[in-house]
Amino acid sequence: MRLHLAKQEGCSRLMPTYEDIIVPPKKFVSIDWGELWQYRDLFLVFAWRDIAVRYKQTALGVGWAIFQPLITIIIISFIFGTLMHRTSGDDTPYPIFVCVGQILWLYFSTALNDASNSMVLNAQMIQKIYFPRLIVPATAVTTHLIDLAVASLILIVMMIYYGYKPLPVGYLLIPVLILCSFTAALGIGLFLAAINVKYRDVRYALPFFIQIMMFLTPVIYPANILDQHPLVKTLMIWLNPMTGVITNARAGIIRYGPFDWYSLGASLIASFVYLLLGLYYFRSTERYFADIV
Amino acid sequence: MSNPVIEVDNLGKRYRIGANKERYLSLRDELTKWAARLVRRGSPTKQEFWALQDVSFAVEQGETLGIIGRNGAGKSTLLKLLSKITYPTTGKIVRRGRVASLLEVGTGFHPELTGRENIYLNGAILGMTRREIARKFDEIVAFSEIEHFLDTPVKRYSSGMYVRLAFAVAAHLEPEVLVVDEVLAVGDVDFQKKCLGKMSDVASAGRTVLFVSHNMAAVSQLCKRGMVLADGRLVYDGGVDGALTRYTQGGMDCGGDFVFRPPPVVRQGDETACVTRVYLTGHSGQVSDLFYVGEQLTVNFDLHFFEPAPEFQMSFAVRSSLGTPIYHCVSRDEPSGLFAGSEGPVTVSATFPYNKLYPGRYVIDEIWVGTGKRKMLYFSSGAGIPFHVPDSSPHVHRPLPPHRAIIHEIPTWQAVAPASRE
Repeated sequence: MRLHLAKQEGCSRLMPTYEDIIVPPKKFVSIDWGELWQYRDLFLVFAWRDIAVRYKQTALGVGWAIFQPLITIIIISFIFGTLMHRTSGDDTPYPIFVCVGQILWLYFSTALNDASNSMVLNAQMIQKIYFPRLIVPATAVTTHLIDLAVASLILIVMMIYYGYKPLPVGYLLIPVLILCSFTAALGIGLFLAAINVKYRDVRYALPFFIQIMMFLTPVIYPANILDQHPLVKTLMIWLNPMTGVITNARAGIIRYGPFDWYSLGASLIASFVYLLLGLYYFRSTERYFADIV
Repeated sequence: MSNPVIEVDNLGKRYRIGANKERYLSLRDELTKWAARLVRRGSPTKQEFWALQDVSFAVEQGETLGIIGRNGAGKSTLLKLLSKITYPTTGKIVRRGRVASLLEVGTGFHPELTGRENIYLNGAILGMTRREIARKFDEIVAFSEIEHFLDTPVKRYSSGMYVRLAFAVAAHLEPEVLVVDEVLAVGDVDFQKKCLGKMSDVASAGRTVLFVSHNMAAVSQLCKRGMVLADGRLVYDGGVDGALTRYTQGGMDCGGDFVFRPPPVVRQGDETACVTRVYLTGHSGQVSDLFYVGEQLTVNFDLHFFEPAPEFQMSFAVRSSLGTPIYHCVSRDEPSGLFAGSEGPVTVSATFPYNKLYPGRYVIDEIWVGTGKRKMLYFSSGAGIPFHVPDSSPHVHRPLPPHRAIIHEIPTWQAVAPASRE
C-alpha cells in the first residue's frame, strides 16, 4: 500500500494547501516565523499560566514581587550605606541609587534563571506534544516583565519621597533599556536552557553564576569606581550587558551621572550577539530535546 | 482521487542506547566517557538500536487505522515521529492537514489551576484557538461531568475526574488527522465507552484517525484498517481482522507445538519446575493447531521437576484473537494430589473432550507454574500458542461463521404441543 508522488498534480485543490514535510533534520534550521505566529495563542496561554501560577496559594500573593526587592534594597542600604559608609559618589541618596540597579538586576537574573530551567520544567509536555520549543524560554523571560513593572512601584515611591524626576530622554530610554535586558536574558537563557536539557550541571552552576555576576554588575556601586582598572571595566561593559543598562538607567531616571552612550552601545551589541548565539545553539539542538530531556 | 493525508516513506529512527536510558547526564560523565574513549582508541562504546526501520505507508482521508504491536515494537516512536515531537533518522513523512496528537490525556495540566483554567490551557496546548475553546466550553464541561468542580484546582480532583476532564478537552478537538495513543486505558468502563463512542463520531465525520491501543476489542470496533509493528518493522498492513489475527499469532506459527527448552534441562534460580514444551493434540494424539468444533482438544505441557513439590500448581488461559479471555484453567480445580510424587520429566495434559470454541483463532497463553509464591509466567497475554477452529465441522450440520460467537453450545431443543384445553 505504497503511494507514490505521481498523482500529486491536478487534484491538490481538494486538499488543504497546508503541507508539512518531516525529514531528518539538518544541523541548523532557521527560525520558522510563520509557525511562531501560528502558535501565538499558545505563547499567550503559557504566559498567562506562568503568571497565574506564580503566586497561587501564597498569602502575600503578588506582594512578593514588591517584598523581595524591597527587603534586598533595605538590607543593602543598611549594610553598605549605613554600616560601611558607602555612598553613591555624589549627593544622590544611596537607597534610591541601589533601587534602580536592584530592580533591573532582579528582572534580569530571575528571567535568566527561569528561562534556563524552563525546558527541563516542561519536560513532560515536550515529550508528549509538539509546539515550537522557543515559546517556552521566551515565555519565562516575558512574564517577569510583570514583576519588573510591579517592583518599579518601589522606585516610583522613592522618587516621589526624595523628589526626583526623570530626564525627558530618560522616558525614551526606558523601553530601550528594558529591551536590552530582555534580549540579554533571552539570549543567555536560550543557550543555558538548551545545555540544561543535556547536562543538568546547569541547575547547580546557575545560582552560583548569577551570584558572581551580580558582583560584576554595578548594582551596589557606580561603574566609574572601576576607572582605575580599565581592563576590568572594558570586560564588564562588553561582556555584561547589564552594566550599560544600569549605568544609563541611573543617568536617565535619577539623573545620576552623565549618559554613557559607549556602554549603552556595547550593551545593545552584546545582548544581540547573545541572542543570536543563543538562538543558533537552541535551534541546532532543539530536535533532540524530546529524546534526551 | 486525492493525495493521502499522511505519507510515510522509508521511515527510521535510531537511538543510542544510554542516551535515552539514562535520565540525565552530567558533564563529568561525558568527560569520563571521553577519556575512556581516548584510552581504548577505536573501540566504539556507543550502542545503537533502531526503534523503527523501513516503515512506509500512506493514509487516505477518512481512514481509521489501528496500530498494534507488543511493547517496544515501535508504536510510540512512530506516533512521536508523526506528531513531530522527535525527528526521524532516515526517511520522510508528509502530512497534509492539521494533525492533533493525543499521546497522553491532560498534557500540560497544571495542578494549581482550576478545571476551567485547565480547559483553556490544555486546549491551547492541543492546538485549539481561544475562540474555538470558548465556543465548545459548555460541551466540554457537559462531557466531562464535573460541572460542580469547575472552579476547584485540579490537584484536588480524584484521578477519575482528572481523566474525564482531560479527555473531554481532547475529544472536542477537530483536526483533520487525530493521532491517539493508548488513552482509553484510563477511566472507568462507562467513561471508556463514552470515549470510544466519541472517537467513532470523529471517524464517521470523515476525519482520519490513527489509533494505538492494547485493547483489541476497541481497535476492531473503531478501525477498518490495521497495521502490526514488530521489532520496529511494519509486518502487516491491511484489514483490521487480519491485523488482529497476525498480532495474536505474534508471528509464531508453531503448528501447535512450542519447545521452550530442549534437553538437557538446567535449573534456573530456585524454580521448582519448568515448562519445556507445550503442544496441542487431538483425540488420536496427533499434534495439530487445527481443531474442529466438537472434536477433542488436549493441551499438553512437558514439565521438568527439579524437586518433589506436592504443593505445585499450574494454570493457563485460552484467549480469543481479540484478547478476550475465554477459559482460565487452574490445576487446583482438580482434586489434589495431581503432582504428588512428580519428579524429573512429567507430562501434564488438560483435555477438553468436546471443543466448544466457535470457529476463529485462539491462543493459549499466560501459563503460570510454581509453588506458593515462587511462580513463573510463560507467555504474557496475547503471545502464546495459536490454534485455529475451522468454520465447518463434522460434528455440526451447518456452516459456522467465524467469530459469530465465542462458544458453540447445543442446548436441549424441544418442541411440544401446548397441553390440550379440553
